[in-house]
Amino acid sequence: MTTFLTGWGRTAPTPARLARPRSVGQLRELVASAPRRGVVARGLGRSYGDAAQNAGGLVVDCTGLDAWTFDEGSGLVTASGGVSLHTLMTALVPQGWFVPVSPGTRHVTVGGAVAADVHGKNHHRDSSFGAHVRSLTLVTAGGEVLTLRPGHPLFAATVGGMGLTGVIAEVTFGCVPIRTSMMRVDVQRTADLDETMAVMADSDHRHRYTVAWIDLIARGRRMGRSVLTRGDHATPAEVKEAPPFAPGALARAPAWVPGGLLNGLSLRAFNELWYRRAPRRRTLTQGIAPFFHPLDGVEGWNRMYGPRGFVQYQFVVPLGAEETLRGIVATLSEHGSPSFLTVLKRFGPGSGGLLSFPMPGWTLALDLPAGGRGLSGLLRGFDRRVAGAGGRVYLAKDARLGAAMMAEMYPELERWRRIRDEADPAGLFRSDLARRLRL
Amino acid sequence: MKNALGGVDTVLLLGGRSEIGLEIVRLLAGLGAGRVVLAARDGFDPPDLGAEVHVVPFDALDVHGHGAVFARATELVGDLDVVISAFGVLGTQERYDADPAAAAEAVAVNYGAHVSVGLHAARVLREQGHGTLVVLSSVAGARVRKANFVYGSAKAGLDGFAQGLGDALHGSGARVLIVRPGFVIGRMTKGLAPAPMSSTPRQVALATVAALRAGAPSVWVPRALGPAFRVLRLLPRALWRRLPR
Ligand SMILES: Cc1cc2nc3c(=O)[nH]c(=O)nc-3n(C[C@H](O)[C@H](O)[C@H](O)COP(=O)(O)OP(=O)(O)OC[C@H]3O[C@@H](n4cnc5c(N)ncnc54)[C@H](O)[C@@H]3O)c2cc1C
Repeated sequence: MTTFLTGWGRTAPTPARLARPRSVGQLRELVASAPRRGVVARGLGRSYGDAAQNAGGLVVDCTGLDAWTFDEGSGLVTASGGVSLHTLMTALVPQGWFVPVSPGTRHVTVGGAVAADVHGKNHHRDSSFGAHVRSLTLVTAGGEVLTLRPGHPLFAATVGGMGLTGVIAEVTFGCVPIRTSMMRVDVQRTADLDETMAVMADSDHRHRYTVAWIDLIARGRRMGRSVLTRGDHATPAEVKEAPPFAPGALARAPAWVPGGLLNGLSLRAFNELWYRRAPRRRTLTQGIAPFFHPLDGVEGWNRMYGPRGFVQYQFVVPLGAEETLRGIVATLSEHGSPSFLTVLKRFGPGSGGLLSFPMPGWTLALDLPAGGRGLSGLLRGFDRRVAGAGGRVYLAKDARLGAAMMAEMYPELERWRRIRDEADPAGLFRSDLARRLRL
Repeated sequence: MKNALGGVDTVLLLGGRSEIGLEIVRLLAGLGAGRVVLAARDGFDPPDLGAEVHVVPFDALDVHGHGAVFARATELVGDLDVVISAFGVLGTQERYDADPAAAAEAVAVNYGAHVSVGLHAARVLREQGHGTLVVLSSVAGARVRKANFVYGSAKAGLDGFAQGLGDALHGSGARVLIVRPGFVIGRMTKGLAPAPMSSTPRQVALATVAALRAGAPSVWVPRALGPAFRVLRLLPRALWRRLPR
């Protein structure tokens, strides 16, 4: 069946034949039958750009590969590539276990989490998803099913490899024990960017999860004012009664979602409100879903940007390059770029994935409507500043970077290419992202 | 690949000497296009375009060689994000009146060769599942005038062909963009007095790039020519015939 596919940002649709295998056997047959235009895996399509698209070729929807098991003794989950973190959390949280890393949405597959080497609010302590993977099986271009462990070159090329080394059929990774399904959260308002960064640098290590939401509309003295949240899994003593993880209760839209299309006005109002609504400083208990996945409560919120879609720009600059971060925040607030949720986070050590995004430093993520005037030039300017500071842009969010910048930002690219070329000499695994960035 | 903001990476320009074509390429390169193939007749020295430039020999009238031009271009740069079909000859009506063979040859370039190139491009873009073919049509074809009816009739044919091709490609991911400039002040029209609503190659290129990014099916340059011709098409022939040029 030919279908037009996009990522979460709903930009640049391209047609592909979409197939949904129900077993590894069917998956191998599909890979063996891949057309000249190649094949790429797709999970739940939560990457923003063109990573899980393959114009004129084959796209393998992995969500039919949905078996998984959990071993309580070791805390290890073994899951097929198409199992979603939502499924795992729903089952495991009531048993007192949590996934090692959760991105801002739980509607991602295990395969997608490894392929993008996703990070969460605990990156400063626990690194990214790939760091928790004990082994994975990969269906390669040659049709083999390889079992790979950390230390293997193809493992390092697959973690963060955006599906271009093969299809991840199964992943074994460690989970973390939790004692309640609630979060103990400390919320604090900061006056400007410097305070935000100082508080994060000083107190990050005391909490498993930290993140700051930045008000990009505020200018001048208040530039970079933020709402900082730091959280930990609550202990039974901290909560009177711990309700089980209940995602069904989250289907209603939170009250703060601006109605209609997201435009400059509603975004401005939203940013002001979000900041004012936050307490100066408060400790509260919160469920897992509102703490980790506030946006999952709003079904299809990505449609609010209208038919032209939107892009997310997420970059990281290494520790020591705070000036670059400050400069970009200043440009954004001067530019008056309406961004919905702009998030700042301090990263810890990377996982060793050759094309993995995280590195010790500061990461900023912002959403921008694709139709915005001068957006392309603005972001290209940021690319240069980020690359100049030794930083990079996150491929799972990217939909517009160019090949030259890619090579500058990812110094391990050549090594990754050599490993990939050995595993897939004919370039069977291909995506629109791979073509755009000439991977 | 065309990216989320309409930027592209690779461009094939057929008619590598075309002023408008080169101006479009220059703009696209400024917006991030990294690799360009210029297809032109022999002895072509490519200008600096701010991108990696390849030159491929191309003769519009050698229709049997067109397939090889596309094969070479994709070999050099991979997928073709934008193909610009920009070659053409103008020539005066007086000359064509005096030399019908020259008229037939001009039509072969301005129409026949574009049909061949367009069909080759369609095959490549359809297989890719993405990409835009830019066809340089002209208001001369919107309603043919006695002052240049040989040229105008070829452009009318080309415009119709491009519309049909665009419809045929609908749903394939590939697109056709038809550009309809009025009188363009440039090398091709040197010595001719500019008509009303004329434009420069740069203005045509700017409008083309904006239309490319927006994914539009056609663009008139200047824009006002669109509504103007909707009216002019309705003009009685007795009146139309009397237009001085
Ligand atoms: C609201 C929201 C918040 C987000 N927050 C975060 C965040 O905090 N941190 C973060 O890191 N990311 C975040 N993301 C991005 C998301 O986590 C990643 O893009 C993730 O890869 C999506 O997984 P998916 O299953 O949807 O994969 P897809 O988007 O379908 O695919 C992503 C990539 O993974 C590859 N892939 C998918 N499955 C397989 C497989 N079985 N084998 C091989 N390759 C495969 C695809 O080829 C593609 O390259 C967020 C996304 C959204 C929409």
